[in-house]
Amino acid sequence: MLIVAALAILCLILLGLCGPLHGRLGHATSIAYAGAAGATAVLLLMGLAALIGAAGAAPVTASLSVGLPWLGAHFRIDALSAYFMVVVNLGGLAASIYGIGYGEHERQPGRVLAFFPAFLAGMNMVLLADDAFAFLLSWEFMSLSSWLLVVANHRQPDNLHAGYVYLVMASMGTFALLLGFGLLAGPEGGYAFETIRAAAPGSGRAAIVLALALLGAGSKAGIVPLHAWLPLAHPAAPSHVSALMSGVMTKVAVYGFVRIAFDLLGPPDWWWGLVVLVLGGITAVMGVLYALMQHDLKRLLAYHTVENIGIIYIGLGLALAFQAQGHAGVAALGLAAGLLHVLNHSLFKSLLFFGSGAVLVATGERDMERLGGLIHRMPATALYFLVGCAAISALPPLNGFVSEWMTFQAILLSPQLPDWTLRFAVPAVGAILALSAALAATCFVKAFGIVFLGRPRSLEAAAAREADRWQLGSMGALAALCVVVGVVPGLFVDLLGPVTQLLVGDRLGPQLGLPWLTLVPVAEARSSYNGLLLLLFIAFSTVAPALLIHRYATRATRRGALWDCGTPTSDPAAQYSAGSFAQPIRRVFGAMVFHAREHVDMPQPGETRAARFHVDLRDLAWDFFYDPVARGVSAVAGRMNHLQFLTIRRYLTLVFGALVLLLMVLAVWH
Amino acid sequence: MTRGLAFDVSHLLAGGMVLASFMLLYQDRVFSLLRVFALHALVLALSVAWQANVQAAPHLYLTAVIALAFKAIVIPVALHRIVVRLGIHRQLETVVGVGPTIMFGMGLVALSIAVILPVLPDADPLAREDLAFALSVVLLGLLMMISRRNAVSQVIGFMSLENGLVLAATGAKGMPLVVEISVAFSILIAFIVIGIFLFRIRERFDTVDVGAMDSFRGERR
Amino acid sequence: MALILNLIVQGAQMALVLLLAPLLTGVVRLMKARLMGRRGPSPLQPYRDLLRLTRKEAVLAENASWLFRTAPYLVFAMIWVAASLIPTFATGLIFSWSADLIAIVALLGSARFFLALAGMDIGTSFGGIGSSREMMIASLAEPAMLMIVFTVSLVAGSTQLSTVAAFMQGPDVGLRVSLALALIGLVIVAIAENARIPVDNPATHLELTMVHEAMVLEYSGRHLAMIEAASALKLLLYVSLIACLFAPFGMATAAAGPVAYAAGALAYGGKLLGGGLLLALFETSIAKMRVFRVPEFLGVALMLGLLGLVLLFVTRSL
Repeated sequence: MLIVAALAILCLILLGLCGPLHGRLGHATSIAYAGAAGATAVLLLMGLAALIGAAGAAPVTASLSVGLPWLGAHFRIDALSAYFMVVVNLGGLAASIYGIGYGEHERQPGRVLAFFPAFLAGMNMVLLADDAFAFLLSWEFMSLSSWLLVVANHRQPDNLHAGYVYLVMASMGTFALLLGFGLLAGPEGGYAFETIRAAAPGSGRAAIVLALALLGAGSKAGIVPLHAWLPLAHPAAPSHVSALMSGVMTKVAVYGFVRIAFDLLGPPDWWWGLVVLVLGGITAVMGVLYALMQHDLKRLLAYHTVENIGIIYIGLGLALAFQAQGHAGVAALGLAAGLLHVLNHSLFKSLLFFGSGAVLVATGERDMERLGGLIHRMPATALYFLVGCAAISALPPLNGFVSEWMTFQAILLSPQLPDWTLRFAVPAVGAILALSAALAATCFVKAFGIVFLGRPRSLEAAAAREADRWQLGSMGALAALCVVVGVVPGLFVDLLGPVTQLLVGDRLGPQLGLPWLTLVPVAEARSSYNGLLLLLFIAFSTVAPALLIHRYATRATRRGALWDCGTPTSDPAAQYSAGSFAQPIRRVFGAMVFHAREHVDMPQPGETRAARFHVDLRDLAWDFFYDPVARGVSAVAGRMNHLQFLTIRRYLTLVFGALVLLLMVLAVWH
Repeated sequence: MTRGLAFDVSHLLAGGMVLASFMLLYQDRVFSLLRVFALHALVLALSVAWQANVQAAPHLYLTAVIALAFKAIVIPVALHRIVVRLGIHRQLETVVGVGPTIMFGMGLVALSIAVILPVLPDADPLAREDLAFALSVVLLGLLMMISRRNAVSQVIGFMSLENGLVLAATGAKGMPLVVEISVAFSILIAFIVIGIFLFRIRERFDTVDVGAMDSFRGERR
Repeated sequence: MALILNLIVQGAQMALVLLLAPLLTGVVRLMKARLMGRRGPSPLQPYRDLLRLTRKEAVLAENASWLFRTAPYLVFAMIWVAASLIPTFATGLIFSWSADLIAIVALLGSARFFLALAGMDIGTSFGGIGSSREMMIASLAEPAMLMIVFTVSLVAGSTQLSTVAAFMQGPDVGLRVSLALALIGLVIVAIAENARIPVDNPATHLELTMVHEAMVLEYSGRHLAMIEAASALKLLLYVSLIACLFAPFGMATAAAGPVAYAAGALAYGGKLLGGGLLLALFETSIAKMRVFRVPEFLGVALMLGLLGLVLLFVTRSL
C-alpha cells in the first residue's frame, strides 16, 4: 500500500516538470493538473481504504535507508494519517480539477505549475512520515513549495511582503518543531516515532514540547496571535492554491499538533486542555471579527480560516481536558467534533476560495466595494458560493452545523470536570463559540450580499462572465459534499471511530445503524440530530405552500422599478457597501478589539473637494506582539553589528570562549 | 435530590440581589438608577424577612423593616429630591462602557464563587452559596463606585455594597441585632455625610462629576 | 396503527401552530390598542391580511434574482419547522427527536440568514440598513439564546426539548437562580428577535428606526404574505418556548389519548393568551431605545445566560 502511495507522490513531484516545459509542451497546464488530480485521487482512495480497514488491522509501516544514516526514513499509515489523507487529497483533487480551468487564466502558469504538484506531495509526505527527521523534512518541503506559490505573482508589491512574512513565520514554526522533536527524542536521539511513543517524557519536558508544538504547528494553522502571516499569504497565491493553503495546509498543521499532543506526548496533564481551549476561543472570536472588517474577498476568507481553526482547537482542547480526567467517551466526542470540523472546513473553505477565484477571473476584482449583482451574471457560481456561505455559517441542515453541534454537546458534558479553572473557562469558551458562530453568519451575509446581490458597483462586475465547466464542476462537487456531510453525518462520524479509538482509547457508538440515520453522540434522551429529516421537512414546508399559493391563490407577477420607500436612486453607489454593512459590528466591538478610530473629513460649505470618511483599524497582534519582537530583534542586531568589525585575534577569542563554555556545560551535565 | 423550599427561595432572593446589582451597573440615568436601587433594597428586605422566617429569628424582621423603610423608601426619595433640587446632570457618565463593566462584573461573580465555594466545602450549602452571592454584591458595589463619574452613583454603589454586607450577615445564623442596628445607623450617617458633601461639591464646583475635583487638585485622569 | 396515530398528532401540531400564529399576533395588536385607548382591529384581522396578500399580484423589482423570490418560502419553511418542533400541547411527538434545542436556534438562524440576504438583493440602502442591523442584533441575540439553552439543558440533563419539558413538569426542578436568570434572558432575546418594542417597532415605517421592516420593504403580494406569516410564527414560537420551559403544566405526555391532548391544547391556548397579554402590557409601558443601546440590552441577556451557566458549572444546586 505504501508503495502505491510513494509512486503517487513521486508522480506528483515529477509533474512539477510541466512548469519549465510550459511553452514547449502543448497542453502543459491541463496535463499537470489532470495528473495531479489522478495522483490525488489514488491517494484519496488509499486513505479511504486505510481508514475503513483501520478498525482491527495493524498500521502499515515501511522504512527506507535514506536520510540520516543511523535512522533511515520511516513511513506509516495509521487511522489518523489515513483520515487526514482523505481530507488533504479531497481538497487536492478538487483544487486540481479547478486548476484545469483556472490555470488557463494564469498570467505566468510556469511559476505555478512547477510547484503546485510538489506542494500536494509535501503535504502527503508530512502525513506519512513516521520519524522526526522525515516529518520535519516534509514539513519544510511543504512550507517552501507553498511559499514559492505565494510569491508566484511577485510583481505585486504586497505579495512580496506577504511572502517575506510567511517565510519568517514558517521558519520560526519549523524551528519550534525541531526543538520540540529534539526534546522528545531525548539525548539518545530516538527520532523514530515508535521510540518516542515508547518513552513518554516527564511532565516538565512534555509541557515544553506542548508549548513548542503550539508554536510550531499553531503558527502554521494560524492560531491567534501567530496568525499574522496567514491573511497576507493565503490571498496572495492563485485562488486554487489559496484554497489549498487555507482549506488543506492548515489541516496538515492541525494534524501535526494532534500527532504530537495526542499520540507522541503520552497522557495529558489537566491544564493542557485549558491552554488549548482558551487559545482556541480567542482565535475563533478574533478571527471572525477581523474577517468582518475586511473588504477584500480573499482576505476575508483567509481571516475566516483563523476562526475555524479556533473552533477545531476548541474541540481538541475539550478532548485533552476530558482525556486527562479519564473520561474517554466524552474525549472521543470532543475529538470527533474537532476532526469532523477539519473535514467540513476543508470542504467549504476550498469551495469559497474557488468561488472567489471565479469572481476574480470574471471581473479582475477582489475588492468587494467594486463588485455586486453577480448572481445574475454567474448564477451557478452564486448558488455554489451560497451553499458554502450557509455551510460555514453553521446553518442546518448543512455540514458546518453538525461539527459545531457536536462541540456544543461536548461542552454540555463538561460539568463532569473536577477542576475549577476549567469549570469557569468552559462555559466562557462556549459563549465565545456561540458568539463567533453568530458573527460568522453576519460575515457571510456580508460576503454573499455585497458580492453577488444588489446591483453591480463597477463596469467589470456588470460585464462578468460565468466560470468554465471545470471550475463549476469542482465547486459543484464540493457543494454537494457539504450537503451530504450535513445530511448523513453518521457516516463520517463512523469513519472517525478508529481515529478516536487510536488517540483517546474510545469511540462514539456506531451511528449508521440508527433509524432514519440520526446522529446520537451520547444517548438519545440526551441529544440527537437528524439532518436528513430536517432537510425533508424544510423541503416539504417550502414546496407545499409555494404550490398551494401558486395553484389556488395567484401566480401573477409584475416587474417594476425598485421602490426603496419611494426614493429610488439609479446610482449603484447609493447601495449599502461592505463598510457600511459592518459598521454596527464595528461600533459594538471596534473600540475594544481593533482600537477603531473613525476620521470624518467634512468640507466646509463652498469647498469643492469631496468629503472623506476613513476608518483606522489596528491588528492588536501586530501592536503588542510582532512590533515589539521586531523592534527587539533590530535593537539586538544593532548592538551585535560591531561584531563584524573585530580583529582576527578577537574572533579567535570568541571561538575559544564558546568552546570552553560548551565543554563546561558538558562537564556539568554529566 | 430533595430540595427544600426554604433553600430554593433564599437562593432565589440572593440571586435576585446579584441581578439587581447588575441592573444598577446597566443604568445610564440617575432616576432609573434610584428606582433600581429601591428594588435592590426591596429584594434585600424580602431576603432578610425570609431568613427571619426560616431561622425563626424574629429580630431579623426588624432588620428587614429597617432595610425596607430606609433603603427602599427614605434614601431613594431623599436622593431623588436632592438631584431635583440641585439640578444635577441626569446622565451617568461612565469611565468604561456598560458592556465591559458588565463583563468585568461577571468576572467578579466568578471570582467570588471561586473564592468562597472551595474554601468552605463542608459548610451548610445554604450559607455557603449565599455568602458567595453576598460577596459578589459587595464587589459589584465597589465596581459601581469606581466605574461611574457621577457622585450620586457612587453613593448608590456604596449603599448597594452595604446591602451585600447585610445579606452576608443575615445568611450566617446568630448575628446579634445590635451589630445590625449599628451598621444601619452608620450607613445612615454615611448617607447624611455624603449628602452634605454633595451639596458642598455642588456649591464649589457647580458639578457633581467627581472628575472636577481631580482636576481641581491638579490630577490628570 | 400507532405510527399513523403518531403522525396524525405530529401533523396536528404543525397545523395548530400555523393556525394559531396569526391569531396571537392579532390578539397582541388588539390588546395594545385597547391599552392605548383605541378600539383596535378584530383579532382575526391578520388572517384577512394574509389572505388578501396571497391573492394579490406580486410586484418585483427589475433586478430581483431567484434568491429574492425563493427566500420568503424558505424563511417561512424554516420557522414553521422550528415552531412545530417545540412541544405545545404534548411532549414526545414522533419527530421531536430530529432536532434539539440547539438545532431549533440554528434553524431560526438559517431563516434570518436568508431574510437578510433577500434584504440586500435589490440593492437599496434601506434593505442594506435593515439587513446590517438585523445581523448585528442577531449576532448578540443568538449567543445569548444559546447560553440560555445551555443553562436549561444542564438543569434537565438533555438538549432534547421533549425531555426538558418532561423534566420541568417533574418535582426535581424547584426554584433555581440559574433558571430565573435564563428566563429573564430569554424574554429579552424573544423581544429582540421578534422585533418588538423597545428593540424595534413592528408597526413603524419610520426609516431611521426600523430594522425588520426595512429588510422586507421591497416585498409585496404572496411573498410579503409568507414573510408576515413567518414573523407571526416566530412570535408564537418564542411564546410557546417560554411556556414549554417555564410553564409546562397541562402538557400531555406521549400517546396520552385524545382527552389529554384536548386538555393540553386548552392549557396551551391559555398560555398563549397570557403571553400575549404580558407582551402587550410590556410594549405599551416602555419606549423604544436607540439602535446603539440595543447591543447593551442584548449584552445583558448574554451575560445573564452566561452567569446562569457558570452557576450551574460550579454547583448543581443553583
